[in-house]
Amino acid sequence: MSKKKKKEKEQVYRKKLITRRKPNRSIAGDIVLYLFLIVVAFIMAFPIIYAVSSALKPLDELFRFPPRIFPQHPTLDNFSDLFVTMGKSWVTFTRYLFNTVFITLLGTAGHLIIASMGAFVLAKYDFPGGKTFFKIVTVAMMFTGYVTQIPNYLILNKLGWIDTYWAIIIPAFASPMGLFLMKQFMEGLPTSLIEAAKIDGANEWQVFTRIVMPNVKPAWMTLIIFSVQGLWNNRAATYIYSEERKTLVYALQQIQSGGIARTGQGAAVLVVVMIVPILIFIFAESQILETMASSGLKD
Amino acid sequence: MREYIRKYFALRKHNFKVAVKKAKQRKMCYLFLAPYAILFAMFFVFPVVASIYYSFTYYNILEPPRFVGLQNYISLILEDDIFLTSIKNTFMIAIITGPLGYILSFLFAWLINELPRWVRSVAVIIFYAPSIAGNCYVIFSVFFRGDAYGYVNALLLDWGIIDTPKLWLIDPKYMLPICMLVILWMSLSIGFLSFVAGLQGVDRSLLEAGCMDGIKNRWQELWFITLPAMKPMLLFGAVMAITQSFNVCEVTMALCGYPSTDYAARTIVTHLFDYGFSRFEMGYACAIATILFLIMILCNKAIQGLLRRVGT
Repeated sequence: MSKKKKKEKEQVYRKKLITRRKPNRSIAGDIVLYLFLIVVAFIMAFPIIYAVSSALKPLDELFRFPPRIFPQHPTLDNFSDLFVTMGKSWVTFTRYLFNTVFITLLGTAGHLIIASMGAFVLAKYDFPGGKTFFKIVTVAMMFTGYVTQIPNYLILNKLGWIDTYWAIIIPAFASPMGLFLMKQFMEGLPTSLIEAAKIDGANEWQVFTRIVMPNVKPAWMTLIIFSVQGLWNNRAATYIYSEERKTLVYALQQIQSGGIARTGQGAAVLVVVMIVPILIFIFAESQILETMASSGLKD
Repeated sequence: MREYIRKYFALRKHNFKVAVKKAKQRKMCYLFLAPYAILFAMFFVFPVVASIYYSFTYYNILEPPRFVGLQNYISLILEDDIFLTSIKNTFMIAIITGPLGYILSFLFAWLINELPRWVRSVAVIIFYAPSIAGNCYVIFSVFFRGDAYGYVNALLLDWGIIDTPKLWLIDPKYMLPICMLVILWMSLSIGFLSFVAGLQGVDRSLLEAGCMDGIKNRWQELWFITLPAMKPMLLFGAVMAITQSFNVCEVTMALCGYPSTDYAARTIVTHLFDYGFSRFEMGYACAIATILFLIMILCNKAIQGLLRRVGT
């Protein structure tokens, strides 16, 4: 009898707990965890902060020992030096920039269109072979990267695409990650929407361009970001050997390997290379997280 | 028995006919899928098949491939000491940074989950930035420089822990641990984003129901409610973690050099590059790629089997 009473009491207590605070949280625990988080966040951010601050340091501070984390007289000299060095090189800076922007833009646009078309039918229609195909794509996510590099080189060689932009752009179209994320996100779209459009007389292409695509904009952003990250950081050194077709990142890293004399410019290069993906991520974070919510692998 | 086989084939035939009929009705599906499917087959499926085929040949691009049977695999495993070193290194890195990075990704995603909205989004940026920061990891070669002016050396000398500067990136003893540290720093990547998003989607009423049913602290809540609700994201994150931890090469090449002292920081992928793009022994390189492919697929299958049992 007393046991039952005790249980009831506990139930009442727990009910109160829910209305008062978040359940199952102690204040002491919260404080410890947040302190821990702040320390870790500082450690994680330190190398990046250090990279940015050394890019802003004038030459004498770069070699000062012991070093300071923050520059005393921040300057943009390293960046302007970088552009001077690039301007004097045989292939001009703008050409490298054009190469990277061209590859990134075309690769991303093509990937977005082609992967969305595939994802649309895989998510919304049941047709023979569709499920098997998607399974193969998920398996492909398990080994993407370097496993396929050598046969890819041979294939591109056969096609005569080595040393052209297409060697980077066309394989980027077929990245499995984009199709996977897009398909998972499109599955959350109500089927009734598509049926309604069909009844109104739209054909599949119209459904795709007018109904489905406008409704999956968060997934667009996600695909664009992952694709841009991949292509922007692509050094493309194995597939492209003509200097005038090399990418910006490759050229910048050449400067970086210039040794002690280029320390300041090297630090500036690090910042130029990393700032683009990070900025894009900051602007699109909420959309990316919305897409990632449906990223789970179901059995 | 024969009756049974006949029935079985009749059924298969019928199923096949239904599938063909359905496929004819859904012609446009194939049209939509075709561009992706063709490119995917060309750059992801076919290369794996080609890689397995070339791994049984001697091929140097100039001459046509010559069939040599299992010779490549035999010399890889029995004669190539450097390959064995590279396998050992890759597994060391994968076994330590893979699970640890995965757990850290989840842990931090879970810890920042209850922060106010704007703090959370700042935290996501801080934790995620290292993995997309291009080649920012070369900054570690400044920290770990071998002379007394390297920051780590200077600090340790100051504190009296060591009396001579250590050659962090040249001495084989320290190379791998430092690479692991850097890889861990970069390991909160796409899996982390998936966890953050997945945790936001866990139903709050489930947690309250759990509290009523007698869950006492946040750890029990994590194991009995949150983790099972997150299973699909956990699987996705695992796939990404495994893929990343076996594909290690850029960090080791940038920090320890290529080739590194005594091949102490050589990974399978570095070995693959060496044979594929420096020596153009494509057959041999394809054998390495095939082994890497098998390792990755098997690991993924094993880990997925394990993760299915979470929360039970």
